Amino acid sequence: MSDERLISPDISPLTSSLISLGGINRTFYLGDSQVHALRDVNLTITSGEYIAVMGPSGSGKSTLLNLLGLLDRPDEGSYKLEGRDVTTLDADELAAVRSERIGFIFQSFHLVPRLTAAANIELPLVLSGFPKADRAKRVSQALQEYGLTDRAHHRPNELSGGQRQRVAIARATILRPAVLLADEPTGNLDRSTGEEVVKLLEKLNAQGMTLIVVTHDQALGARARRQIRMEDGGVVSDIVSAK
Amino acid sequence: MLIADAGRFALQAIISHRLRSFLTLLGIAVGIAAVILLTSIGEGVHQFVLKEFTQFGTNVIGVSPGKVKTGGQPPTGIPTTARLLTMEDAESLKQLPHVTGSTPTVWGNSEVENNGRLRRTTIYGVDADFVRVFSAKVQIGSFLPREGAGDSRAFVVLGSKLRKELFGTENPLGARVRIGGLHFRVIGVLAPKGQFLGIDLDDTAYIPAARALELYNREGLMEIQVLYTEGTSSATVASAVKQRLALRHGHEDFTITTQEDMLKTLSNILNILTMAVGALGGISLLVGSVGIVTIMTISVTERTNEIGLLVALGARQRTILGLFLSESVILAVLGGVLGLLLGIGLAQFLHLLMPNFPVHTPWSFALIAVVVSGVIGLLAGVLPAISASRLDPIDALRAE
Repeated sequence: MSDERLISPDISPLTSSLISLGGINRTFYLGDSQVHALRDVNLTITSGEYIAVMGPSGSGKSTLLNLLGLLDRPDEGSYKLEGRDVTTLDADELAAVRSERIGFIFQSFHLVPRLTAAANIELPLVLSGFPKADRAKRVSQALQEYGLTDRAHHRPNELSGGQRQRVAIARATILRPAVLLADEPTGNLDRSTGEEVVKLLEKLNAQGMTLIVVTHDQALGARARRQIRMEDGGVVSDIVSAK
Repeated sequence: MLIADAGRFALQAIISHRLRSFLTLLGIAVGIAAVILLTSIGEGVHQFVLKEFTQFGTNVIGVSPGKVKTGGQPPTGIPTTARLLTMEDAESLKQLPHVTGSTPTVWGNSEVENNGRLRRTTIYGVDADFVRVFSAKVQIGSFLPREGAGDSRAFVVLGSKLRKELFGTENPLGARVRIGGLHFRVIGVLAPKGQFLGIDLDDTAYIPAARALELYNREGLMEIQVLYTEGTSSATVASAVKQRLALRHGHEDFTITTQEDMLKTLSNILNILTMAVGALGGISLLVGSVGIVTIMTISVTERTNEIGLLVALGARQRTILGLFLSESVILAVLGGVLGLLLGIGLAQFLHLLMPNFPVHTPWSFALIAVVVSGVIGLLAGVLPAISASRLDPIDALRAE
């Protein structure tokens, strides 16, 4: 598998295509009815991009996000992540790619309620079997970066919404993934904390992390350099603003 | 994921539902405690009974007349040709290698009378070797002297209770008592030996075997008990006894029972009893393990979101399976350890209340109990853990 990465022709360190989707189709069956969640989606995303995926509910944007995050497989089409065809990987290999290359941020944060902020941030390191001493260093660094040091030993129910999302972001980025996938990251936050969180994500993007945000929020979507609009499972517009 | 981390993660999940986890592990604890308590009692009874039987020494072989075998129906009207066991047989067995003593035995029930006090009791006809064969102790006076079969004098040795009944606090030595129609002189009293299977061993009188044959009008002995040196295999001695008697009788018309065989059979029976009561306790253990299945299933449903998150963070199916399995194993083992302490505590408490009540908890049971609870945890956790690891991460993340 790693050989493929080496011989892949269009890899150059700077303008490499991080993600390339070709002819992706995904159909769900709900009882008797068929839902065409993704229709013939073609998309190329380069490293370091800031993308907003917008569209009404049911337009397939969440399915796209799940697919990009390797939680779902396409029925048809090819998906290359960093030049590597990930549609042929088995479950364990997918898990490894998710762990190392992809960070998820959810609308409802999805923190483990019984674990402290520090333990929640540590979770990806624990799952990939990092030794304990190594983990402690990384976690304390992350807590500091996200301004959570004094909240380290609080459980999620003792944190504010903004703090919870910061913990979630710290958790998503602790293994330095290539892509950050955010599903309505400000959906459960008030405007000012939402703004704070978006700024944090944008800062990460400025440091070179590819950021893909799925949102209903026009204002949030407008901040992205590239806006992809979806309708009925297909991409209807893909605009790169001149900022 | 490192095993230590998985264990900690599972433990945190258990601790986060303190009451629920405690009640679940209590189910296992009660089951294990029941098994431990019941098997402790069973084992205690086992040891108690074996001790009762081995108080006469374990290196004893019994010979009784007549061969136990199954054959065709004997022709009617013809008396059996089995030869009786005689005093001479008993005497001859004393000469065998490894044999340290042998006593002929004849017993019956007679009235013993002293100065108008009458008591019906068991009379044993034995010889001088009796005290060694049955590990009996003489309290006062002496036991029956070693004499030839033909000229045994009319002496009697009393059991301690019989002495009390007939003589009270008087010194019985030298007194003459009447047994049946014959007169005997008391030459000793045995130390108290207690009861054995409901038989009072102290309410007895011992007279020379030859006299007992006369008293009960018998021609042959009822049994010969052979004592052999400790450490010799019972089979060796048994075969020597068999050879000697076969030579004397012309063929094998007697039956040899070694104490070892008897104890083995008895021990087997008692083991089955212990297992049976243990199995009764096992039923409550089964109920406890159903509790674990229930709580783990609930836990998986409640934590669907968390499972989705773990998958998104890159956990493998195997990791999730392992996490939930270790949770149920930890739960069960904690329950097992608690049950072990509870069971041993109860057993000791019983022992304290009733010191005569035999209770014994072997360490092997304790170890088995903990291992069994671990296995129960594993089995109980399998189904919920598999369903957790097979959840679709997208649905799991979306679940509220």
